Amino acid sequence: MNRTTPILALALGAGMVAAPAFAFPDKDVDYIIPFSPGGESDIAARLQQPVFAEEFGHQLIVKYQAGAGGAQAWSQLNSMPADGHTIMGINLPHVILQPMMSSPGYETADLTPVYWFHYTPDAIIVNASSEFETLEDLVAFARENPGMVTFSGSGSNSANSLAQKRFDTLAGITTTYVPFSGTGPSVTALLGDQVSASWGYSTVAAAQGDQVRMLAVASEERLPLFPDVPTFQEAGYDMVGGAYRGVAVPKDTPEETRQAVSDAFQAMNNEPAMRKAMDDGAFVVIDVPYGEVEAFMAERREEIAAAAEAAN
Amino acid sequence: MDLLPYLAQALTPFNLLLALGGVVLGTLIGALPGLSATMAVAVLVPFTFAMAPASGLIGLGAIYTGAIYGGAFAAILVNTPGTPSAIATTFDGFPMAKRGDGNLAVTLATLASVVGGLVGALALLFLSPPLSKVALAFGPPEYFWLAIFGLTLISALSQGDTLKGILGASFGLFLATVGVAIVGGDVRYTLDQPMLVGGFDVIAALIGLYCIPVVIDLVARPDPHLKVAVQAGGFRLAEAMGHCARNWFNLIRSSVIGTVVGILPGAGGSIASLVSYSEARRSAPHPERYGKGEPGGILATESANNATVGGGFIPTLVLGIPGTPPDAVILGALLVQGIRTGPGLFTGQGDIVFTFIFGLLIATVLMLPVGLLIGRYAYQAIVSIPKAVLVPTVAFLTIIGSFAIHNSITDVYTMLGLGFLGWTLARFGFAPSPIVLGIILGPIAEQGFVQAWLIGNAQGNVLGMFFGRPISLAIAALALLTLLYPLLTDLLKARRARRAGTVPPPRETIDAD
Repeated sequence: MNRTTPILALALGAGMVAAPAFAFPDKDVDYIIPFSPGGESDIAARLQQPVFAEEFGHQLIVKYQAGAGGAQAWSQLNSMPADGHTIMGINLPHVILQPMMSSPGYETADLTPVYWFHYTPDAIIVNASSEFETLEDLVAFARENPGMVTFSGSGSNSANSLAQKRFDTLAGITTTYVPFSGTGPSVTALLGDQVSASWGYSTVAAAQGDQVRMLAVASEERLPLFPDVPTFQEAGYDMVGGAYRGVAVPKDTPEETRQAVSDAFQAMNNEPAMRKAMDDGAFVVIDVPYGEVEAFMAERREEIAAAAEAAN
Repeated sequence: MDLLPYLAQALTPFNLLLALGGVVLGTLIGALPGLSATMAVAVLVPFTFAMAPASGLIGLGAIYTGAIYGGAFAAILVNTPGTPSAIATTFDGFPMAKRGDGNLAVTLATLASVVGGLVGALALLFLSPPLSKVALAFGPPEYFWLAIFGLTLISALSQGDTLKGILGASFGLFLATVGVAIVGGDVRYTLDQPMLVGGFDVIAALIGLYCIPVVIDLVARPDPHLKVAVQAGGFRLAEAMGHCARNWFNLIRSSVIGTVVGILPGAGGSIASLVSYSEARRSAPHPERYGKGEPGGILATESANNATVGGGFIPTLVLGIPGTPPDAVILGALLVQGIRTGPGLFTGQGDIVFTFIFGLLIATVLMLPVGLLIGRYAYQAIVSIPKAVLVPTVAFLTIIGSFAIHNSITDVYTMLGLGFLGWTLARFGFAPSPIVLGIILGPIAEQGFVQAWLIGNAQGNVLGMFFGRPISLAIAALALLTLLYPLLTDLLKARRARRAGTVPPPRETIDAD
């Protein structure tokens, strides 16, 4: 299946000494997740593990290095072995937003993402008993009562806080964002009626079942799992996006190896079983291979910068 | 709800082995004077990261309950509390040993610990699910006040004085602010050091603050030359059962006191055993026998301190607020395991929690044979373990353990740095528990405050948010009462000392656990 190997072998014929990473993968791969187990990044890695083992005959060994919303691990990525067998989960908007807002110990340009494999679309979720039946109910109420609608969400300068800012601008309303220490506490606050609604992801709605109602989802098309929930675009708001997940390598990793890692994740994304598992969890699969990563990042950066500016 | 499948999961050979091994290990550590239950849990917690969540929790719960129980051996046989929660056990335990009833006293302590442990664990099993429904009503202001209540409680009850407790807690609050703020995202007090951006890791801090001072003290202090007063003549189980039967009300009352004290945030075994001891003496037909080798005294203290184990897990699991200092360590382990404590835990991850609770019940029952055998045959050998073996082992475990949290050397520096700082502060009478509770409760208080403020502001009613909600008001009132409590106890203590004419043994400022 590894169609790049012959090309790689040729290309590396000259540079053998400098780049010992010849084939990928030729042993087990350390896959560092910069978050605690149990989150979406972990769930995704766990879904990839068996597919990787089946496809390449080596293990994807998931390791957790949580801290500072991922910054702890990302700031150390470039000091790790650069032979392609140490890779790290990477998240948007985190790696753009964190250096923009503070000094987390790395710059966005320091990181080398090689593949983006899915995203969890932003979504507005309300308690099942909420008076807001549709997105329009909520927007109408917020327009009449500026600031009164409270949204719980995970963290400050996060995908959730960004989504709130974007939507406020798009809809011309003012709402109050209340940051919590993670998706768990944010959802608990929603279930306990402490806030009027929650900015989360489609995955949150999938996990909570009929205790909550998703008013709109920021994907391009309706999700297979939620055929009745409209997209923001259908409701007239041009909002697509959420938290993107991909994989990055240390900056000294040779070009060929970067491409090989990208190909491996492409192959995993192509597996029908993988697609089905992602659908069931309300993830949206995307394919951004190494060659397109730069353009993709530039696009996201613009989006995020615009939203962050609107926030100030 | 059908709980039987969870019982079956707790009974797998591996989980049974963990429960047994945990109880044995915990009892051994608890039996060594100077090594507390919190420390036992702190030093061993990283080893559970590689296990399935339920198994890791069973191991930790077993170590915890074993260590609390093990403290009684040293209290009875050598008149030194093995853990701070066994302080009150010396009052009657050692006099019994002196007059030749040491074996009876150990058997009484074992039976009482099992009864207390079972009451606490059953409370955990049956009270937590309904309480977690109630806990959904806990919003930001309630969490804010609960954290404040926990801080005042541990400060007020910390051995030493209240002012030092409050100062220690404030220092912990300060440590908790280092790094990226969860609410607001500001980077605080990092001195531009990338290693400080993530803040101080809670588990690393706990291992340092609880273990390093003990290691240094073990090295710095001369050997105590502990003489064990064990007598010949079996377990005297039937006789001990007779005492239990006569003291059945005392046993139940003390277990309930222990459970309730465990539920209160931050307060643990040492406080529970002292409260239940004074209750037992107050209501006994012959209060004058207490302090001279009265079996009722041992039954009260040992049932109460083991009941705090199950009780303490209730707020830890339901609200994510640690009930006792060892729970603070276990809470950190839960986060590493990806278990989201809070009202959703019992529905979302019920399989883990209920398997753990049954594991804790099993471990508690296993304490009976384990305790009797260790007390009878192994105790002399335990207290004779040379420091040259003990100190390097514990020191090694602290380093391995703190590294294992994130595979990061930063955490080892945090552990060592805070450990030495903790030792220095202990010289001046500052106990580690208020500092640790400050580190744990600080972010909870801060987030609760800011969230409540934001929501209150959105509704145009900030004051109502903090002072207009009944649950908030009740917790705030409790916090206020706690701050005034030391004044009350001082008065009571003075009166009691006058009446009894005895001076209670001086307390070491090791810690409350």
